Amino acid sequence: MLPLLAQAEIPDIAWLPLVPHMVMAGAAVLLLTIVSLAGGRLPKWFASAWTTAAGLGVMATAIPVWIRVWRRGPHSTIADSIGVDGFSVFIIVLLAATVILTALIADGFLRREGVDGPAFYVLLMFSAAGGMTMAVADNLIVLFLGLEILSLAVYVLVAMHLRRAESQEAGIKYFVLGAFASAFLLYGIALVYGATGSLNLYAIAGMVDDDLSDNGLLLAGMAMLLVGLGFKVAAVPFHAWTPDVYQGAPSPVVSYMAAGVKAAGFAALLRVFVGGFGGLAGDWQPVVFGLAVASLAVGSMLAIVQTDVKRILAYSSISHAGFILVGVQAATDDGVSSVLFYLAAYAAMAIGSFAVITVVSGPGDEGAGIDGLRGLAARRPLLAAAFTVLLLSQAGIPFTAGFWAKFEVISAAVDARSFWLAVIAMLAAVVAAFLYLRIVVAMFLDAPDAGAPRLRIPRSPALAIAIVVLFTLAFGVYPEPLLNLADDALFNLWLTPR
Amino acid sequence: MVTASWYLILAAGLFTIGAVGLLVRRNPLIMFMCVELMLNAVNLTFITFGRELGDIGGQVSVFFVLVVAAAEVVVGLAIVVAINRRRPRATADDLSALKG
Repeated sequence: MLPLLAQAEIPDIAWLPLVPHMVMAGAAVLLLTIVSLAGGRLPKWFASAWTTAAGLGVMATAIPVWIRVWRRGPHSTIADSIGVDGFSVFIIVLLAATVILTALIADGFLRREGVDGPAFYVLLMFSAAGGMTMAVADNLIVLFLGLEILSLAVYVLVAMHLRRAESQEAGIKYFVLGAFASAFLLYGIALVYGATGSLNLYAIAGMVDDDLSDNGLLLAGMAMLLVGLGFKVAAVPFHAWTPDVYQGAPSPVVSYMAAGVKAAGFAALLRVFVGGFGGLAGDWQPVVFGLAVASLAVGSMLAIVQTDVKRILAYSSISHAGFILVGVQAATDDGVSSVLFYLAAYAAMAIGSFAVITVVSGPGDEGAGIDGLRGLAARRPLLAAAFTVLLLSQAGIPFTAGFWAKFEVISAAVDARSFWLAVIAMLAAVVAAFLYLRIVVAMFLDAPDAGAPRLRIPRSPALAIAIVVLFTLAFGVYPEPLLNLADDALFNLWLTPR
Repeated sequence: MVTASWYLILAAGLFTIGAVGLLVRRNPLIMFMCVELMLNAVNLTFITFGRELGDIGGQVSVFFVLVVAAAEVVVGLAIVVAINRRRPRATADDLSALKG
């Protein structure tokens, strides 16, 4: 291999687009260092405030990257392995927002549960750095590394609540199934590498065309990639872990998983399939069609028979994954921007909903059953109103961001002439509306338990809930800015004939 | 004559053994070993393709996979140790508090 090594040269590196990643990962390392040096002398809110500052720092450093993309157009760096485009900036900012809101929710939770310490925040930031890497990856190995950084940190976060057996059970289930899915993803990468001779999505996109559409090796590789990514975004039939893990994991972790991990997973899915394999859309669209229909059906049907609110929201997250897959299936510019809008709107709804669950469920994370919400409107009217807005947004009621999200993906599907998928998605929205209304009815029409203790709402989760409710309502009434932003977030991988 | 396809078939066989093992075995440690088997089958695939294509990318990927596999075991064993402290000798079937 010596001749090959002699040819090796250091590729050009554009540092500016890498700064947001460095801020996120660097903040995690620094936090770990500071806390181990300063120990108990720091105030209790320090780690949470630090994480919030890191998230804001990522957002601030993403602005120059956006300006650069706007000036020069989408491009790539480090030998075409890192994409610099509006798409990745959008996902990076979304992940940073997710980290900030999760840190706000976690602050009170970790102290209540007695598991506080910097570990939660450090893992959260590492995981988000991995997700940001997935969003920029134009090389399949970079994508795999990002996915593993994201996942390994989340495995630990899920199992973090050492005094709850459910948390550990959720951790081992997520870990085993996650490692299984990662192995499939990796085998898919190896097969694609064998079929195309490259790990680079540009090279792959330039190579795949109709000549390769019946190449068994490539198709098998694509199928395995779809299995691996389908697991991360919790699409049926790779969803089996979702209800158990959402129920068992600490609630703030679930809010991050629903919003952040799903966004990173869909970013990777779009980059690989719409970007890299865009020329073979005819081959993978039917499969994604099937995944979308199955997710919509299973997600909205099975949610109805659940009694635990976290399980209900887990199934609803599966049905949301189905809606997002409707946008992926379109494989058009409109489809990509509708997915981005949906991810942003869903992140707000999911984080808000799990923040309410965090506050309502008492010590030990018990009482997340629907009984715990009975009569919430009488006990805490504002909290019940906020939760109602978020649930209505999940159901897709007009004047909420969720309505526009569903509207955009369905109209993208119609424009791509997937009429049946659009019809099925609308039917699923009707069925799913029932389960959200069930929670709303429990909050408003049922009387509270007589002996229920007074509910304490710490300030920082209240702030997080207020932010996401404002976001949901503001973009529900006036969605243009976010829609335009999602439309501008162009892809740099449209190199193939469409 | 041993051609590249032999190695690919061997790798596919190892991957299948790992995948089936993960699904049928109930001991968490054996399940981790099955995951390792799957990852190493992928490594073999990468090396074979890298050699066939005369491309160094396949071999470089193996290093990344090795590192990831090691990190994955660290996290997995930590979770198993945490569970075993609470309930010694637990198998996957004993962990069934979450269902519905």
